[in-house]
Amino acid sequence: MPEFVLTVARFGFLVLLWIFVFTVVGVIRRDLFAGLRPKSIVATPRGVGGAVNQGRPAAKAKRGKAARQLVVTAGQLAGTRITLGENQITIGRAEDSTLVITDDYASARHARLVPRDGQWFVEDLGSTNGTYLDRGKVSGPTPVPLGVPIRIGRTSLELRP
Amino acid sequence: MSLRRWKTRSGAARSIEQPLASLGDSFVTAPAAPAPTPASTGEQSRVPGAKTRRNAELALLLFAMVLVAVYAATVEANQLDTITTTFWVPAAILTTLFLGLHLVVRFRAPYADPILIPAVALINGLGVAFLRRLDIAKALSAKQPEPGVFAGTGGRQLAWTLASLILAAALLLVIKDHKIVSRYAYTLGLAGIILVMIPAMLPSSLSEVNGAKLWIKFGSFSIQPGEFAKIALVSFFAYYLVRKREVLSMASRRVLGIDFPRGRDLGPVITVWLLSLLVLVFEKDLGTALLYFGLFVVTLYVATERASWLIIGLVMFFGGVYLAYLLGSWVGGPFANFYDRASIWLDPFAPQYVTNEGFQLVQSLLGLGTGGLFGTGPGAGSPGFVPEVRTDFIFAGMGEEIGLFGLSSLLVVYLLIVERGLRAAIAVRDSFGKLVAGGLAFTLGLQIFVIVGGITGLIPLTGQTTPFMSAGGSSLMANWLLVGMLLRISDAARRPAEGGPAAQPAGIKQPPAQLHGAMTEVIRP
Repeated sequence: MPEFVLTVARFGFLVLLWIFVFTVVGVIRRDLFAGLRPKSIVATPRGVGGAVNQGRPAAKAKRGKAARQLVVTAGQLAGTRITLGENQITIGRAEDSTLVITDDYASARHARLVPRDGQWFVEDLGSTNGTYLDRGKVSGPTPVPLGVPIRIGRTSLELRP
Repeated sequence: MSLRRWKTRSGAARSIEQPLASLGDSFVTAPAAPAPTPASTGEQSRVPGAKTRRNAELALLLFAMVLVAVYAATVEANQLDTITTTFWVPAAILTTLFLGLHLVVRFRAPYADPILIPAVALINGLGVAFLRRLDIAKALSAKQPEPGVFAGTGGRQLAWTLASLILAAALLLVIKDHKIVSRYAYTLGLAGIILVMIPAMLPSSLSEVNGAKLWIKFGSFSIQPGEFAKIALVSFFAYYLVRKREVLSMASRRVLGIDFPRGRDLGPVITVWLLSLLVLVFEKDLGTALLYFGLFVVTLYVATERASWLIIGLVMFFGGVYLAYLLGSWVGGPFANFYDRASIWLDPFAPQYVTNEGFQLVQSLLGLGTGGLFGTGPGAGSPGFVPEVRTDFIFAGMGEEIGLFGLSSLLVVYLLIVERGLRAAIAVRDSFGKLVAGGLAFTLGLQIFVIVGGITGLIPLTGQTTPFMSAGGSSLMANWLLVGMLLRISDAARRPAEGGPAAQPAGIKQPPAQLHGAMTEVIRP
C-alpha cells in the first residue's frame, strides 16, 4: 500500500467520524425546530382572548390555524405542553388520562378534548366541580378557540397553534 | 361538518348553537370509541412536529456502517498491506443486525428517538472492528492466516451483538408501555440487590477477576450480574421516588440558603450509601459503587428538584472514599485494594508501581500519548502493549490509533446518546418514565466518565467496561437493554397525544395505584 493511500485513509476516517457527528447534530436540530413556526413563538396575549370572549364561550374557528399544542398555563403543571394529534385528550386525576393533573378540585375523569374536522371540542365528563371555558361553564361539547383558557380547578389550559 | 367553512373570526360565535345540536349526540353517546392508532403513517404529515424520523435513522445507520467498513478497510491496509476482498463482511453482518432492530422500531416504536440506534451502532460496530483488528494482529505475530469473520474476540463480539439486539428487540416487543415496568418495581429492586450481592457472597475463585469481585464464573464462561442490576435498580429507584417525592421535597430545613431535608428522610439515601460502600469493600470496585450511588442521588435530585441532594451525595461519597483510602493505608485488609488504586492514580510512574500494579495505567497513558492529536491510523498502532485492551482499556487502544480527534468524536457520540436519553426524560409525560429515562441516561454517562476518566488518569482507575465497545456479553446485552428501554420511553415521549383509556392497550387498564396523584410532568417552556 502506498504511503499516500494510508495517510488519506487515516485522515479520511477521522473526517468521516466528525461528519457523522455533525449529521447527527443536524438531525437533532431539525427535530428540535420541526413544526415551530415563527408565529407560534408569540403567545396569544391574555387580554385579547379575554376581551373578545367576554361573557360567552366564544368560538372563533380560524381557518388555516389549527391548534397544534395544548399548553398548561396555570396550576401545578404550568408549562406542560402536549402535541396534539388526531386523538382525544383526556384530563383528570386518573393515571391513565392523557394529562394527569393533581388538582384538589379535579375529578378522576374530569374532561376531555376531542377533535372534529380540525376543531377541538371540550366536553365535561360529569366532574364534581365543573369545567369552564373562559368564564362560562361547559355543559355540552363546546368548540375551543385558540388561546382561550379552559379552567379545571386551579389548572388552566389553552390551545396554541 | 360545516365548522370548517366559517371564515369569520369573532363573529362566528353567534351561530355556534346550530352545529352543536347535531354534534351533541355523537359526542355524548360514544365516550369510549377506540381512537385510531397513531402508528398509521398517514398521520405524520398532518401533525407537524410529530414526525417519526425513521428514515433519518435509517440513513444515519447506513452512514455509521459505512464508517465501520472504512475503518475495517484502513485496518487491513495498514496491517496486511493490502485490502482483502472480504473486509466488508463484518460491517455487512452488523448492518443486517441493526437493520433488523431498525425494522422492529419502525413497526413497534415508530416515534422512538432516531439518534439512539445509529449512534450506538457506530460505537458497537467500531468496537467489533477494533477487536477484529486485535485478532488480526495476534494472528500476524503468530504467523497464522487472517482469522475468519467469526473467529477470535471480534467474532464473539459479533455474536454477542446479535444476542443483545435480540434482547433489545424483545424488550420493545414485550413492553408496549414503559409504565408496565412500575408494576414489578419491588421485584426488580430485590432482583437488582441480589444481582449486586451474588459476586460478593461467592468465594473469590468463582467471582474474582483481576482483584475485583464482580463476576460469576462458570468454567470459561462468565457473566457480570452488576451490569443487569443497573437497569433493575433504576426502575426500582424511579418507582420509589415517584411515591416519596412529595415527602422528600416538601419537608425541609433551610441552612445557608439551601433547603436540606429532615434527618429522618435521609434514611433511604443512607441505606444506598451503605450498600455502595459495601460493594466498594467486598467487591473491591470503586466504579460500581460510584455508579450505584451516583445513580440514586441523581434520580433523587431529578425527582425532587433539590440541589441539596447533590451536595449531600457528593459530600457523602467523597467522605466515604477518603475514609476508605485512610483505612486502606492504616488497616489494609478489604480496603487495601482501593488504597493501591488511589496511590497508583496519584503517581502512576512511581517506581514501586510502574512495572506491576501500575503497569496497565502507564501503558494506557503511553498509548494515548503516542497517538497524539491524529493517531497513528487504524491498524498502525500497537495496542497490544496495553494490558486488558479488549475490555477495560479499549478506549486507550483505540485512542492510540485514532488520536485525540477520533476519541473526542466518539466521546461526542456518547454525549449525544446520553443527551437523547435525557431529552426523552424531559419530554415524556409521566414521572416514572421521566425518572427511569433520566436515571438510565445518567448511568450510561457516569459509566463512560468512570472508565474514560480511569484510563486517562483523571480519577483512580476502576474496572468498568466501556459501554457498547468493550468485549464482553454482559455489558453489551445490559447496555442494549438500556437502549431498548430508552427507545420505548422516547417513543412514548414523542408520540402525539393519544386518546385516554380507549387508546391504551388492554393490559394496563388497572394502573398501579401507587402512581396516583403523582405529578405528571413539569416542562418549563
